[in-house]
Amino acid sequence: MAEPAPDLTRPARPSRLTDPKFRALVFQILATLTVVAFLVYIVHNTLTNMEQRGISTGFGFLDRTAGFAILQSLIPYSETSTYGRTFVVGLLNTILVSALGVVCATIIGFVVGVLRLSSNWLIKKIATAYIETFRNIPLLLQIFFWYFAIGFNLPGPRQSIAIGESVFLNNRGLYVPAPVFGEGFGWTLAAIAVAIVAVLVLAHWARRRFELTGQSFHTVYVSLAILLGLPLLVFVATGAPLSWDMPALQGFNFRGGLTVIPELFALTLALSIYTAAFIAETVRSGIQSVSHGQTEAASALGLRQSWTLRLVIIPQAMRVIIPPLTSQYLNLTKNSSLAPAIGYPDLVAVFAGTTLNQTGQAVEIIAITMAVYLTLSLVISLFMNWYNKRMALKER
Amino acid sequence: MKLKRISLLAVAVAGVVAAGSATAGATFDAVKKKGFVQCGVSTGLPGFSVSDDKGNWKGIDVDACRAVAAALFGDASKVKYTPLNAKERFTALQSGEIDMLPRNTTWTYTRDTSLGLNFAGVNYYDGQGFLISKKLGVKSAKELSGAAICIQAGTTTELNLADYFRANKMEYTAITYDSSDETIKGFEAGRCDVLTSDQSQLYALRIKLQKPDDAVVLPEVISKEPLGPVVRQGDDEWFNLVRWSLFAQINAEELGVTSANVDEKSKSTDPNVQRLLGGEGVKGEFLGVGDKWAYNIIKQVGNYGEMFERNVGQGSPLKIERGLNALWNKGGIQYAPPIR
Repeated sequence: MAEPAPDLTRPARPSRLTDPKFRALVFQILATLTVVAFLVYIVHNTLTNMEQRGISTGFGFLDRTAGFAILQSLIPYSETSTYGRTFVVGLLNTILVSALGVVCATIIGFVVGVLRLSSNWLIKKIATAYIETFRNIPLLLQIFFWYFAIGFNLPGPRQSIAIGESVFLNNRGLYVPAPVFGEGFGWTLAAIAVAIVAVLVLAHWARRRFELTGQSFHTVYVSLAILLGLPLLVFVATGAPLSWDMPALQGFNFRGGLTVIPELFALTLALSIYTAAFIAETVRSGIQSVSHGQTEAASALGLRQSWTLRLVIIPQAMRVIIPPLTSQYLNLTKNSSLAPAIGYPDLVAVFAGTTLNQTGQAVEIIAITMAVYLTLSLVISLFMNWYNKRMALKER
Repeated sequence: MKLKRISLLAVAVAGVVAAGSATAGATFDAVKKKGFVQCGVSTGLPGFSVSDDKGNWKGIDVDACRAVAAALFGDASKVKYTPLNAKERFTALQSGEIDMLPRNTTWTYTRDTSLGLNFAGVNYYDGQGFLISKKLGVKSAKELSGAAICIQAGTTTELNLADYFRANKMEYTAITYDSSDETIKGFEAGRCDVLTSDQSQLYALRIKLQKPDDAVVLPEVISKEPLGPVVRQGDDEWFNLVRWSLFAQINAEELGVTSANVDEKSKSTDPNVQRLLGGEGVKGEFLGVGDKWAYNIIKQVGNYGEMFERNVGQGSPLKIERGLNALWNKGGIQYAPPIR
């Protein structure tokens, strides 16, 4: 292969200093180095200052005994547990209230958002009033309202509202029987797992058959039968190894059973109702973004109204709804840090509250707490971005 | 509200992160230069630190700062106040946001040794107790097994409570609120059977109840709570001034010097009184202040007994007995080293 003749009209290779790519690289490296140097300086300065003033530093405190009680814990916890465990307890409580809040807010938000577009004047106005009221009152006041509204209006433990012989409601919470799993209950759990797999396989098969032949199959009814029937059959066959721990009034309070504390209830309620008002508006804008012509086209094709909503409008509306919905989920999670105001033991109350005060290690604890909220938010964002991609318009 | 508090805390943390290094005498010199004492107090606890509708602060903790200002500047009014909740207090002091912290704060081993702080003395000997509704008919804390108990977060109270119930093999449910206002509301709403706190606070909180007579304070005291002003480590000059301002008040009570008779007592021939009031012997310059430092404290703030009665004793709605806080020669344990 012959070498091409050198192009004599072009000047020699330009100097590196005038090469935009090279210059950009240099500036980026310089900027990164500045940021890193600044961080190193800040950390070093903090440690030096704290040492000079005799303030303890480091994360050794996580192994020390906490010595205080926590109102609600999803894992075994006692006064002899460590500060590290108080962190886990607080974190799980934050995740619990956020997860419950996200689920409830989504359900209420979608219902209210759809109702707001209803052709019924009364329903439409009620939905509007809901949104405008709850969106415009500060969340902290709403939390206080639900908490103290419940506290002042329910009777004390000795005058509890009893539902049947086993469920009790009073100003200390809702008491329900707790299941006690006997020997052999594992078989029932296994049966549930088998049933879920069976239903998934069935759904896949039914969809393929529908796509190939156009014949529909009663997936819902058959799935329900499998999900309920199989575990029940195994449960009875293994001798029904399940008993209940009943709550009973003893001294000041009810003992035994499961307790839903009013703090959890009030906080979930306030967070859901508040966030749902924002979600409702998002849902409305999403639905309105689908042009009316789509509905007309669908009915011209003879689709049922429920199918039009499910197969034509919702999938298109979701593309508009999901990104702002993500922000609402993030807001809800972060707003759950208002919990200490009513005594719900979340991460801020337990770890950035009591633990911080007992150990006095504010810098470490605030840093950990901020890192946790950042991580939670990023995880929610990642999940929602994945979901958004799945729902996005697929051009074929 | 909550967010504001967290950001306050974050700012304080940022203060620790960014602040330059401290040198000995820094606080003393800085306070003298700026002309007032920045005083960290509670967000409102009757008798200890509470502001009236005109924004004037009153209470036994407020008087601790006023005494220091009187000794240093000859004017007890040269104090500015920073209200802090239990969680924020130590960070605010560590970061230099405030100069001293008399905020019903219990002197404990951990706080004294690991936070870079020093306790300058004890201005109130307290102990933890229980407040309970009369209609439950409980007579002793030993009958409290199974009770739901309201507490304020971030205090030694949480630990004492856990220890007491563990030692007596009793069970309890702790509902931990962020501020004393919510704690008392939770108690009134019936969320808990019992409210626990330092006894002095229980009396203060009790008068905030809608029907104070429906609640009683149980006789048991389950902990030692010596409360006192706190300063940063590393400035012994400042530490001495805060400590001896309190000792001057206690010595004055012992010697019978009050705000009313201090001028007359200045002419006294008793050498103890003369030394206290700057007449002969010891000099104010050891503390870095004028010779009339103790005179100014007693004239403007009063001796320890006057301060006690005015804020929490018979001259106040709390009507707390002197008890442990009486002088050592009157059956209590308030005792100050001599001025000589």
